[in-house]
Amino acid sequence: MSGLIMPELDQEVLKRRLEIISALVRIVPGEGVVFDENEMRVFESDGLTAYKALPFIVVLPETVGQVAEVLRYCHQQGIKVVPRGSGTSLSGGALPLEDAVLLVMSRFNQVLEIDYSNRCAIVQPGVTNLGITDAVASKGFYYAPDPSSQIACSIGGNVAENSGGVHCLKYGLTANNVLGVELVTIEGEIIRLGGKHLEAEGYDLLGVITGSEGLLGVVTEVTVRILQKPETARALLVGFPTSEDGGQCVADIISDGIIPGGMEMMDSLAIQAAEDFVHAGYPLDVEALLIVELDGPEAEVDYLIGRVEEIALKNKSSTLRISNNEEERNSFWAGRKAAFPAVGRISPDYYCMDGTIPRKELPTVLARMRELSEQYDLRVANVFHAGDGNLHPLILYDANIPGELEKTEEFGAEILKLCVEVGGVLTGEHGVGVEKRDLMPEMFTEDDLKQQQRVKCAFDPDQLLNPGKVFPQLHRCAELGRMHVHKGNLPYPDLPRF
Amino acid sequence: MPKSKDTTSADLHPRTNEDVLNAVAWAAGSKIPLEVIGQGSKRGLGHPMQTAHTLNLAGLTGVTLFEPEELVLSAKAGTPIWEIIELLEEHNQELQFEPMDLGPLLGRPSGQGTLGGLINTNFCGPRRLKAGSARDHILGVTAVSGRGEMFKSGGRVVKNVTGYDLSKGVTGSYGTLAVLTDVIVKVLPKSETEQTLVLEGLTDQQASHAMSLAMGSNAEVSGAAHLPAGIGGTSSMTLLRLEGFAPSVEYRIGNLAELLKEFDRQQKLDASSSRPEWQKIRDCIPFSTHQQRCVWRISCTPSEGHKIVQAISNATSIEHFYDWQGGLIWVQVEQAGDSKADLVRAAVRANGGGHATLVRAPTSIRQTVPVFEPQATPLAALSRRYRENFDPFSILNPGRMGA
Repeated sequence: MSGLIMPELDQEVLKRRLEIISALVRIVPGEGVVFDENEMRVFESDGLTAYKALPFIVVLPETVGQVAEVLRYCHQQGIKVVPRGSGTSLSGGALPLEDAVLLVMSRFNQVLEIDYSNRCAIVQPGVTNLGITDAVASKGFYYAPDPSSQIACSIGGNVAENSGGVHCLKYGLTANNVLGVELVTIEGEIIRLGGKHLEAEGYDLLGVITGSEGLLGVVTEVTVRILQKPETARALLVGFPTSEDGGQCVADIISDGIIPGGMEMMDSLAIQAAEDFVHAGYPLDVEALLIVELDGPEAEVDYLIGRVEEIALKNKSSTLRISNNEEERNSFWAGRKAAFPAVGRISPDYYCMDGTIPRKELPTVLARMRELSEQYDLRVANVFHAGDGNLHPLILYDANIPGELEKTEEFGAEILKLCVEVGGVLTGEHGVGVEKRDLMPEMFTEDDLKQQQRVKCAFDPDQLLNPGKVFPQLHRCAELGRMHVHKGNLPYPDLPRF
Repeated sequence: MPKSKDTTSADLHPRTNEDVLNAVAWAAGSKIPLEVIGQGSKRGLGHPMQTAHTLNLAGLTGVTLFEPEELVLSAKAGTPIWEIIELLEEHNQELQFEPMDLGPLLGRPSGQGTLGGLINTNFCGPRRLKAGSARDHILGVTAVSGRGEMFKSGGRVVKNVTGYDLSKGVTGSYGTLAVLTDVIVKVLPKSETEQTLVLEGLTDQQASHAMSLAMGSNAEVSGAAHLPAGIGGTSSMTLLRLEGFAPSVEYRIGNLAELLKEFDRQQKLDASSSRPEWQKIRDCIPFSTHQQRCVWRISCTPSEGHKIVQAISNATSIEHFYDWQGGLIWVQVEQAGDSKADLVRAAVRANGGGHATLVRAPTSIRQTVPVFEPQATPLAALSRRYRENFDPFSILNPGRMGA
């Protein structure tokens, strides 16, 4: 871990380990508390494996009552808590702390209710993203957000991270597909936000919780929108001589009023790696490869395929294929879906970045990235959710070469700063976690960050939930609440008044 | 800062973000409450307030960024909504959540309102079912908190999980957390065309079933409303809207009609007859005439909507209609001067839950009856702490959403 400073260990808590273990065992009996070092190893990192820490104690509750009691106990005793779903976070959101209880929600794995009349499902947070779709597929339904880890990632984790996926331009992110949650606060209060009705009442705390990276509460139940599967899907695979042409094609498709189900772009290094790996039949003489997937009723898809083809040809596409059956469509996707492991084959290690940029800035960003690549002497392959501007540069490196990880992280940070500089953001779907925590001031002023932290104070005034994540600096809530008062009279008498 | 001669009552008209910051910093410093308004079109919503000063954002206007091919628009909070809608229309785009025009319902002219007001109330139209509400389309905000500090959240890109989503966090807050100065929203292409399948003569319960079948199909229904007899016409009308590219709409409406063939009194409305029908539903036009009557907006589990109506109408005389597959019920209480709040809320609680908002009522009633759904104690306490962390002295629209 390079230079990451985590919250100071609470020595008093560390000293009381045995007493805390027995208290937790009383709350979650059986095998619900894990404290053996070897058994805890499996939890020492999440999907961002460069960062590791052994948890203080691991607790796997089974009921909402247990979650509430564990949190109430930890709150009373001043013990930190790190919530964890399936541990697939790519930003270290579930990275354990050595003095924190790791609250693992994997035993909450039941689909509680499927309500087709109201197009929703109520599930426990440990159910996997794909598990929801599997549960409703027999009636032709599915759950729309589809992060690439969907086979393993949990819906609770999706709520915490506001996960996206390749279909979110058309179908929205997690935040747009969650109707309600049951949430336990650090004080052990059980709160319901939303439900089967279409909008939650009062302040949009559901919107604030979604994407809060486990810092505000622990979700114990989720109500999600399920949708009827589109009748059909077809894809176009289009190659361009330059990324500018590819980028313009994407802009023109959208300007034409078409919102494709998925729109993905790869650069030449990613294309090469993918083709070498899965032999998808990708053209190797292009700078940019675009997959455009149209889904919906057959009549619509066939009609739009023609329109997109026309737009692609106008934008100097050098190769163009259209899928005529599922096999072909899947083959177009095969290379894109295998892009990460494919890059993994041509390099000992790779580091996956996740910025979002205004789409039109793509050529500029790619050009600057090429310069940085030369400067750092590290190769970079790019895959791009072209519809929504979410860029995943993969930096190729070798962790066995001393200093190369640090150099890679520095390169990565430069890329994210570049994303912010052109009007984008630090993270599109992977979250801030510990990974991008210290870059937050690149995007936010101190006042911006303080207002976010005040929201944290409303939920968790002692800052016991997942501390050390998201915010570069911990401020005490009392300090954040202090007002620098400008006592005075009515300002600006020259403001027009009536 | 120069002294003002009269601080007993003032109407502040900021023109810049700096002006807003100064005005709120002054109010925070002196703990002086402000009523925050745009054009004042929604002033009759929520609890009446006792504030000597108003902060009027109607002069903080202008679209600051519009890139149609990037699907993004940014504007100052006081920008008139119609101006934004017209600009988008020129580019065949729209705010997909169908902003509701509250003018007619609240007895005011239509076509009023600002972007800030729209975001602060989060009222949306029939497409809620498919496209969500304002909170699903907001990408970023700049605002001044009740502490008198300027902050921003979000950005101009669709996919963004950097920090808490305070843009959603201030949406629907009725100006009680922060004064918005800039709003960035996602814009989307307008549908090429639309058609509506109308089923005539269904009871509320039959309509609920029909709408559920339609929504559960892959016809991509973007509006599902039921107007009982007397509201829609001499017989009841269940309306199912399909939008999109012409060949697609044609194909889907055929499939949908077939799926619902058990309901044999069917007719199809083409785009020109369909649009005005949905506009009426969106703006709650059926209840715009009797201004003295109380109107409720109930958000509930769609399949339970007709049961809620049954429970209320067993006890008092009402008029009603449904949007959002039954998940939104507009209820007008016939007896003037009585909101029937306890009755309405008990009916919602007993039938799947949800919440009821008293959208229109005389001031005297809005002073005594909770306009917004009262919350369970832990949630109410959390909401209060949430507000206090934006506005510790309750200087922004104090009491507008209740205690």
